[in-house]
Amino acid sequence: MTFDRKHLLGIRELSAEEITHLLDTADTFRDVSRREIKKVPALRGRTVINLFFEASTRTRTSFEIAAKRLSADAVNIGVSTSSVSKGETLLDTARNLEAMAPDCIVVRHSMAGAPHHLARMCNAPIVNAGDGAHEHPTQALLDALTIREHKGRIAGLNIAIIGDILHSRVARSNVFLLTKLGANVRVAGPGTMVPAEFAELVEHGLRVEQRIEDAIEGADVVMILRIQRERQDAAFFPSMREYAIHYGLHPNHLERASPEVIVMHPGPINRGIEISSEIADGSRSLILDQVTNGIAVRMAVLYLLARGNHTAQEEPSVKPSVPAGNGKKVRKGTKA
Amino acid sequence: MKLLVANGYVIDPSQGLNSGKNLLIEEGRVAGVLDRGEPLPKDVEVFDATGLMVAPGFIDLHVHLREPGQEYKETIATGAAAAVAGGWTSICAMPNTDPVNDSPAVTRFILEQGARAGLANVFPIGALTKGSDGKELSEMGELKNAGIVAVSDDGRSVPNAGMMRRAMEYARGFDLTVVDHCQDQSLSAGGVMHEGRWSLILGLRGMPATAEEVDAVRDCALARLTGARVHLAHVSTRGALEAVRRAKELGLRTTCEVAPHHWALTDDAVADYDTNMKMSPPLRSRDHVGALLEGLRDGTIDAIATDHAPHHADEKGLEFDQAPFGITGLETAVGLAFDLVHQGVISLERLVELCATNPARIFTLEDRGTLRKDSWGDITILDPEHQWMYDSSKSKSKSRNTPFDGRSFKGAAVATIVAGRVVYLHPDFARITASKQSEFAAGG
Repeated sequence: MTFDRKHLLGIRELSAEEITHLLDTADTFRDVSRREIKKVPALRGRTVINLFFEASTRTRTSFEIAAKRLSADAVNIGVSTSSVSKGETLLDTARNLEAMAPDCIVVRHSMAGAPHHLARMCNAPIVNAGDGAHEHPTQALLDALTIREHKGRIAGLNIAIIGDILHSRVARSNVFLLTKLGANVRVAGPGTMVPAEFAELVEHGLRVEQRIEDAIEGADVVMILRIQRERQDAAFFPSMREYAIHYGLHPNHLERASPEVIVMHPGPINRGIEISSEIADGSRSLILDQVTNGIAVRMAVLYLLARGNHTAQEEPSVKPSVPAGNGKKVRKGTKA
Repeated sequence: MKLLVANGYVIDPSQGLNSGKNLLIEEGRVAGVLDRGEPLPKDVEVFDATGLMVAPGFIDLHVHLREPGQEYKETIATGAAAAVAGGWTSICAMPNTDPVNDSPAVTRFILEQGARAGLANVFPIGALTKGSDGKELSEMGELKNAGIVAVSDDGRSVPNAGMMRRAMEYARGFDLTVVDHCQDQSLSAGGVMHEGRWSLILGLRGMPATAEEVDAVRDCALARLTGARVHLAHVSTRGALEAVRRAKELGLRTTCEVAPHHWALTDDAVADYDTNMKMSPPLRSRDHVGALLEGLRDGTIDAIATDHAPHHADEKGLEFDQAPFGITGLETAVGLAFDLVHQGVISLERLVELCATNPARIFTLEDRGTLRKDSWGDITILDPEHQWMYDSSKSKSKSRNTPFDGRSFKGAAVATIVAGRVVYLHPDFARITASKQSEFAAGG
């Protein structure tokens, strides 16, 4: 199995095999971050540009660290979307960067489809680090890696996704990924944020619930989405207080879930609104594991895309130096 | 000057004509439809239409010509050139120029530029409200004296029902048709595509079909109240068509048009975030397209209009959310309409009715849309069998924002005649007629 796509724009177009391959590759990279010297030379001499048109701390830092642990030169560019709309277009920005010969451009943008737009115009591989309300593929991959780590599998699990489904790229990518790998996904939230047509997003494995209690019933995994006040230009619910009471996750909710339920959140969390602090800081919460796994997933993605046009001669000199800790999986995961 | 369009099949639903006839045009007007073999007048120039269909000139009720104000997208001359290349002898220009066509000066300017281009007839549509801002009535009487053929605030609907009522009542006094772009802004605001499964998949904000339906129902109710002539532009939803169907059953003077892209494409075409798939109203789902085909078949839809909306490549090169709404359509509409004929949705007669007979009636364009004696000598010559591919790089329009570049078609307008003057001849016309003639000779 190889991953021979040029770009990572979304989960929807990936096969279950490609997703598993990405996760297996990420598994092999997890070990690098546990070492004293957290660096492998896999992408030495390669340049990764993090082009962020939207504020982000976690994802941008995660990509930057991932690139650096692979020995790539990482450059961060933050552009506020408003200044772009006044001056240089997305395409002109991209063409200028392209002229500097990057090996990979990681892009986050507030508008859905912006990475696809770049992918059409640029030679460099494009990684979607979140585009509007469309997709956030590396978040779904790191969520899946975390679930797999704790549950050993994804197929057959009952997974509840709670919150603002309509505006969430995390929800979309997760629905695509988890249903492709055979999970039973239920989504729930306020009626204004969970359109009934969402059930038609995928052919099977997805149910839309009106009440969050019904979604959580028997769940092995509960994913809570962040209420994104900054993304809403109209009132989708009456007040934060009302949301916290009726759609926030409280300890009593978890009594309905599987006894081994795990709770996840893509962060940053609004404590006491979509998730109570007892749960966020409790033993079922994997919120920080998700962050750690984010590095491994992004290392895998950058490794698979940015090494792109390796010649046959170069390949062997890189391979042995990729993660040493878990030799068996390394060969499986990175075999060209 | 006399022109004889000879040996073609004349299709004119206004007179129930569909047979092999010769058509004589004198001094820009139809002098008569002659039986083949009837003696010809002297000094006549013969246009050989052997094997071709001869129809009253096609009239596009809905184009955006961008002049004055946005000449980098299109001018009246380039728009008119694209029109005649697509088989349209008359085009009706929406008033959303810069400045808006809410004054006789702008109306006269548009008419002058149209005359200067000397291609298609250009009929200006006046603004319904001053500046098209939905607040004060435009000077419809003065605009009509200057030459407008209808009133509309196209692009935006009039959000206030009371204002729309007053506009309809006032327009009725000048026998001006009120054209509305039905879209309840409170439901569709911020939307960039049809709301449904694909907008959810793509994470793009949707415009619900209901936004069109709500306004269409309102307009039909106001048409009933006021008795005005009301024409719904580019209807794209099942609900809006149902409203029009009901209005017709009630005997109201309510009509509607459909744009070719709304039956030729569905919302899944947006999947690659191609901004040439972005227009308003948006591409709809299969169910709505089915309703449009039904409306074309059963007569609920009165006209085919292009909503030709040229935009510069730099504008369409922006992110999907940022790119402007609209696509060009003058050169592809007739080809797309022939799809309907070949698929058995409509007959050739009905095609002519949708593109010529009815449009003339809807905007009360005198002596057009018909080949009756003394009507204007505007003719569209069609070859239903001609196979071709659209190459947008060769478009006569200034803009290239089409979703149909590289698409194959069967059926085309191969010549366009305005007031007895051939203003467009297909580049391969000689070859087309030569093959028709040999076919004719062989087949008898």
